[in-house]
Amino acid sequence: MAALLAGSAAGCATVGGSSRDPLEPVNRAVFSFNEKFDQVLLKPVAQGYRAVLPELVRTGASNFFANIEDLWIAANNLLQGKVENSLQDVMRVAINTVFGLGGVIDVATDAGLEKHNEDFGQTLGRWGFGTGPYIVLPFLGPSDLRDGIGLLGFDAAADPVWNLDHVATRNAVYAERAVNNRANALDAVKVMEEAALDKYRFVRDSYLQRRRSLVFDGNPPRGPEAPE
Amino acid sequence: MTAMKRVLSLLLFLLAGVALAQDTAPDVMVKGITVDVLNIIKKDKDIQAGNPKKIAEVVETRILPHFDFARMTQIAVAVNWRKATPEQKKALTEEFKTLLVRTYSNALTLYRDQTVDFKPLHMKAGDTDVTVRSEIRQKSAQPVTLDYDMEKTASGWKVYDVKVGGVSLITNYREDFAAQVRESGIDGLIKALVSKNRGTGAGRA
Repeated sequence: MAALLAGSAAGCATVGGSSRDPLEPVNRAVFSFNEKFDQVLLKPVAQGYRAVLPELVRTGASNFFANIEDLWIAANNLLQGKVENSLQDVMRVAINTVFGLGGVIDVATDAGLEKHNEDFGQTLGRWGFGTGPYIVLPFLGPSDLRDGIGLLGFDAAADPVWNLDHVATRNAVYAERAVNNRANALDAVKVMEEAALDKYRFVRDSYLQRRRSLVFDGNPPRGPEAPE
Repeated sequence: MTAMKRVLSLLLFLLAGVALAQDTAPDVMVKGITVDVLNIIKKDKDIQAGNPKKIAEVVETRILPHFDFARMTQIAVAVNWRKATPEQKKALTEEFKTLLVRTYSNALTLYRDQTVDFKPLHMKAGDTDVTVRSEIRQKSAQPVTLDYDMEKTASGWKVYDVKVGGVSLITNYREDFAAQVRESGIDGLIKALVSKNRGTGAGRA
């Protein structure tokens, strides 16, 4: 895997277009497909979901999913050597599960235990792996080679929802989470659509910048490009 | 004579006030504007309901004066700036400004009950380029960082880039603009900005 990442990082310096996006024609096709899927199905469902369910319920759902995610965040913090943050994440899960009605209420944040944002793609980045080329995944959206490997190879394997034995339940909970996430993003996506000349590029460059910021926990070294 | 003296001292006092405003530390300035704008939004039902005229007015009178749009446009247009004629530069700056104001207005309508925390500013005496860091906190969601890159100019500190969650607005536009110029030249970029601002530009899918 290391060789694969290193090779892809070295091979992505092309002339014209973005050097980070050598697969742009394919990516644009997948992006259009995702946009269509969003327009026709995901966005309307998310809008309905937001219109029908009271905010309290939607917040509860968000908190619940955030809580089961915190254990994997703890593991990733540990893998990145951030022991204190990792312990904090474990504390969060304990407190929210016991005192927050199984994670529906986020009491840990109110108690001063801040939530962290970690996943295996970030862990790989922290370990020094470059992003490789930008990749738009069908249904899942913007990613890159490193984050795609992190997401599909590790995050999914550690995802309690994806590991539910009962397939119908698993699919239902997975869909509910996707809709809830989309509902949370409705406003932000609208602002972005209004801002962009070319949405594909805007989404791509936002994604690459955002991930770089996350790998460095909000303090990336100055300079426009990520380390390759 | 005493009246004259009084007028003079008043003048001096006012001048000192102006000088003071120019010397205001960048983080104090941003904090002041933020509190100011949030108070306006909290009191105004029309703004909360999304009245575009009123929101644009707040952005134009309270936020706009603190942005260096000429600089922002230059950074976003990057190497192509040198190739642009004075008329093109003027058009680019105007259209980009309109787009940024619209984007900012759209973002402001999303304000609900978030609070904004400012982080301590790391600034040495004589620094003319700093980043003011803040964090938007909201219930049951991770805080979103909001950073302002600022430069000291003759007329005080001015914002030249805004980073939301580590994503620089200007960096995003730089790639977008460069590609537009590659495809259809500087005039093509201006045309794209104009149609976007008039709400007719759907952009490429």
